[in-house]
Amino acid sequence: MKRSLLGFLLVLLLALPASAQDHLATALTGLGDGFGQTAEAVERLGALGDPRAIPLLRALQDGTLRRTPAGTVLLPDDTDAMTGAKADAAGAEGVRINNRVRQVLRGALGRLQLVSPDAVERLAAAEAVFRTPGLENVPLLQAALARETVPRIRAQLELALAASQLRADDPAGKRDAIARLGTAATTEARALLIEARIVNPELATAINVSIAAIEQRLQLRRIAETLFQGLSLGSVLLLAALGLAVTFGVMGVINMAHGEFVMLGAYATFMVQELCRGIPWLAPWALPLAVPAAFLLTAAAGALLERGLIRHLYGRPLETLLMTFGVGMILQQAVRLAFGAQNREVISPAWMQGTLLLPGGIAVTQNRLWIIVFGIAVLLVVVAAIRFTRFGLEMRAVVQNRRIAATMGIRTGRVDAMTFAFGSGLAGLAGVALSQIDNVSPNLGTGYIIDSFMVVVFGGVGSLAGTLVGALTLGVVNKMLEPYAGAVLAKVFVLVAIMLFIQRRPRGLFALKGRAAES
Amino acid sequence: MSASLAAPAPGGFGRITLRLVLIGAVLLLALLPVLNRLPMDSALHVSDFIVSITGKWITYAVLALAIDLAWGYAGILSLGHGAFFALGGYAIGMHLMRLIGPRGVYGHPTLPDFMVFLGYQELPWYWLGFDHFPFAVFMAMAVPGSLALVVGFLAFRSRITGVYLSIITQALTYALMLAFFRNDMGFGGNNGFTDFKELLGMPLNTSSARSTLFYASLILLLGALWLCTIVTRSKLGRVLVAIRDAESRVRFLGYNVTNHKLFVFVLSAMIAGLAGALYVPQVGIINPGEFSPGNSIEAVIWVAVGGRGSLVGALLGAFSVNALKTWLTTVAPDLWLFALGGLFVAVTLFLPRGLIGLFSKAPK
Repeated sequence: MKRSLLGFLLVLLLALPASAQDHLATALTGLGDGFGQTAEAVERLGALGDPRAIPLLRALQDGTLRRTPAGTVLLPDDTDAMTGAKADAAGAEGVRINNRVRQVLRGALGRLQLVSPDAVERLAAAEAVFRTPGLENVPLLQAALARETVPRIRAQLELALAASQLRADDPAGKRDAIARLGTAATTEARALLIEARIVNPELATAINVSIAAIEQRLQLRRIAETLFQGLSLGSVLLLAALGLAVTFGVMGVINMAHGEFVMLGAYATFMVQELCRGIPWLAPWALPLAVPAAFLLTAAAGALLERGLIRHLYGRPLETLLMTFGVGMILQQAVRLAFGAQNREVISPAWMQGTLLLPGGIAVTQNRLWIIVFGIAVLLVVVAAIRFTRFGLEMRAVVQNRRIAATMGIRTGRVDAMTFAFGSGLAGLAGVALSQIDNVSPNLGTGYIIDSFMVVVFGGVGSLAGTLVGALTLGVVNKMLEPYAGAVLAKVFVLVAIMLFIQRRPRGLFALKGRAAES
Repeated sequence: MSASLAAPAPGGFGRITLRLVLIGAVLLLALLPVLNRLPMDSALHVSDFIVSITGKWITYAVLALAIDLAWGYAGILSLGHGAFFALGGYAIGMHLMRLIGPRGVYGHPTLPDFMVFLGYQELPWYWLGFDHFPFAVFMAMAVPGSLALVVGFLAFRSRITGVYLSIITQALTYALMLAFFRNDMGFGGNNGFTDFKELLGMPLNTSSARSTLFYASLILLLGALWLCTIVTRSKLGRVLVAIRDAESRVRFLGYNVTNHKLFVFVLSAMIAGLAGALYVPQVGIINPGEFSPGNSIEAVIWVAVGGRGSLVGALLGAFSVNALKTWLTTVAPDLWLFALGGLFVAVTLFLPRGLIGLFSKAPK
C-alpha cells in the first residue's frame, strides 16, 4: 500500500512537464563531453524513466545524435531532443560513443522501453526485466506500473517487480512480493517462488500459500481452456451434425454421403479462395463469400441426390444407407481425381488468425472462437427456418402427416427435395468451418461422419436441442478425457459410453414422444 | 416393403439347377490347386496368383455368408462384421507371431519384433496361450463371439434396430480400428503383424501351404454353408425371417426376439472370425486397416450384389464383386471406386434381390 502510494507520487512528479524537463536537462549535462561523462549521462537518462529519452538514446546508438556548440542536443531531424522544437543545426557535431557507452546504452534503453509508447515494446521490456531481476529495477518498475494501463503488460510488470523485490533485503518488501506473486497465475511465478523458498526458508509458509494460490488458478485456467477446446470441438460436431439432424432426424433419410457433402463444402471454400486470389480487394472476403457458395453447391448436390436417387428408396432405410454410401465413394473419388489426393490449403483471413488472451490468461485461438460463433449462428438460422418460415411450416407438416399435408395442397415431393437440400447445404457450411482447422482433402468427411451420427443418436433423432446438447457434451467430454487417456482412447471411451447410454435411453437424450416416435 | 424381399426357396426346377451349379463351382474350385501343380507350359496350368487370390476370395465368401445370415435372414444389418473378421485374423496372427520365435529381426526368443522394438520386457498376459494352435483357433471364434454377445445383448435388449444398429456397429469397428492403431495395445500398432514363417510346421510361402490353406478355406466354406442352411431351414430360421419382416408381431406372439437375434448374431460373428483366421495366413499380414468401416460396408455390398436372403447369393456376390475388383484395380485403378460406388447405387435401386434374383422367379 505504502509502496504504491510512493509510486503514485513518483508519477505525479513525472507527469509535471516543467519539472520533467528539468530532470531531462539535468540528466543530459555532460552528454558528449567525453566518453566517461556521456556514459554517466546515459545512465541518468535510463534511470529517469522518461519516454522522451528513448529517441535520443536510439539516435545516440545509431551515431546520428548531434550537439550544437550552444549545447543543444539534436535528433536526426534537427529537433531539440528536450523541447521537440526545430532548432538551428549550424555547427552541430555528432556525439561519439565507445564500447563502454554502448554497453550502458543497451541497459538504459532496455529499461526505458518499459515506458515506451509502443505496447509491444513495453511488454517485451517487462519480460526482459523479469528475466534479469535486480534490486535496481524496483523504482523503475514502480514508475512504469503506475502509468501502465494495458492489463497484460501490467501483469508482466507486477511479476517483474515482485521478482526484483524478492532479491531485496527488506523482509516486508519480500512478503509483499510473495503475496503479489500469489495473485499471478503463471508457471514462471510459481518457479520464482519455488526458487525463493530455497533461499528464504523463514518465509516458507507465506511462499507455500502463494504457490497453492497459483496452482489453484492454473488449475482453473486449465479447466477453462479444456472447456473452450471442448466447446470448439463441440461446435464443429454441431455444424457437421446439424445437417444430419435435418436429413436423418426430420426426414428419416440416412445419408452416408453427408461427410462427402462436408468435404464438398470445404473444396468450395478452396475454389472461392482461388477465384478471389486474383482480385486484391476481394481476397480478404473470400471466406465470407465461401459461405453462400458452399451452401448453394452442396444444397444443389443434395437436391439432385434426393430427386434422382433417394426418392426411390423411401421407406427402405437400410438400402438408403448403402446407396448413399456408394454415392459418397463416387464423390470422394471424383474429387480425388479432379483436385488430386494431396491436401489443399485454405488460408484463414487475418481477422481469424492468432490467439486471443482472455482475462485470467486463458489463451483462445481466434479461428476456433469464430467457429463457435459460426456454429451458434447456423443453429439459430436452422431453428428460425424451421419455426418461422413457410418452408419450415410445410416441412413440419409433411413430417407429421404426409397425406394430410398433400391434401392441403403442399407439394410433398418438392418439400422433400428442399428439406434434403437444406440439410445438405448445412453440411456445406460445416465444410467451410472445417477448412479453417483441418486439412482439405478428399477424405475430410470420413473423419466426422461417425461422430456426427453419434451426436444425432445421442441427442435424440429429430430434436435440434438434442443435437446441440449432444454435440457440446461429446466435444467437452472428449477433450476432458484427452489429457488422461490420449486422443484415441478418449474417442473409444466416448463411443463405448454412448453405446451404454442408449441402453438407458434408446431414443437419445431428447426423445420424441407420441406418434412421431414410432418409426 | 421388406416383405417382398423374403425370397423363399426358388421353385423346384430352379432349386435343382442352383444346386448343380453350386456343386460344379465347388468342384471347379477344388481343382485349382491341382491344376497349379501341372507343369508351367501346360495349357491348364493355373498360376500361384490365381490360387492364392481365390483362396482369399473363399474366406471373403465365408464372411459374406456370415453377413447374409444376420442381415438376409434376421434383418440385422451389421456394418461392423469386418471387425469380427479382423479379430479372428488377429487371433491367428498372434499365433503366427509366436511361431516366429527367435527368427525375428531382433532374435528375441519369445517376444515378437515389434514388442522388442517398443521395449516390452515380457509377453503381455493376453498373449499367453497363443503359442498353441487349437487355443488360437478357439480364440478366433471366442473373441468375436463374445464381442457380438455383449454388443448384441446391449443392442437387442434395448430394441435398437435398423439403421441405429448399423450405426452402432459401424462405430464399434471404428473404435476398434482406433484402438488397434495404438502401439501400447500390444498388437503391433499400425504395422500389425506380418513376416509370418510357418503354420502347423509348414512354411507359409510354399505352394503346398497355399493349397492346404486353400482346401481348409474351402472346407470352412462348405461347413459354414451347411450350418447356415440348417439354421435357416429350421424352425429357428423361420422365426428369424419372421422377426426380420415383423419384429413386433413376433414379439407379441410370444417369441423371445432378443435371444433369437442374439443367437444368430453371435453365430454369424464366430463364422466371420474363422474366415478371418484363414484369411490372415493366406495374405501374410493383418493390420488395423482391416477394421476400417469401409471394409465392413464393402462386405455388405457383396451380399447385396449377390442377393441377400439367399446363401448362395452371398457366395455369388463375394466372388463376382471381388473378381471385378481384382480386374478393375489392375486395368483402371482410378475407376474401381466409381464402380464400387456405382454398384451400391445400382443394386439398391434396380436389383433389390441381387444377382440371384435374376435367376429365380420373383415372389408374389
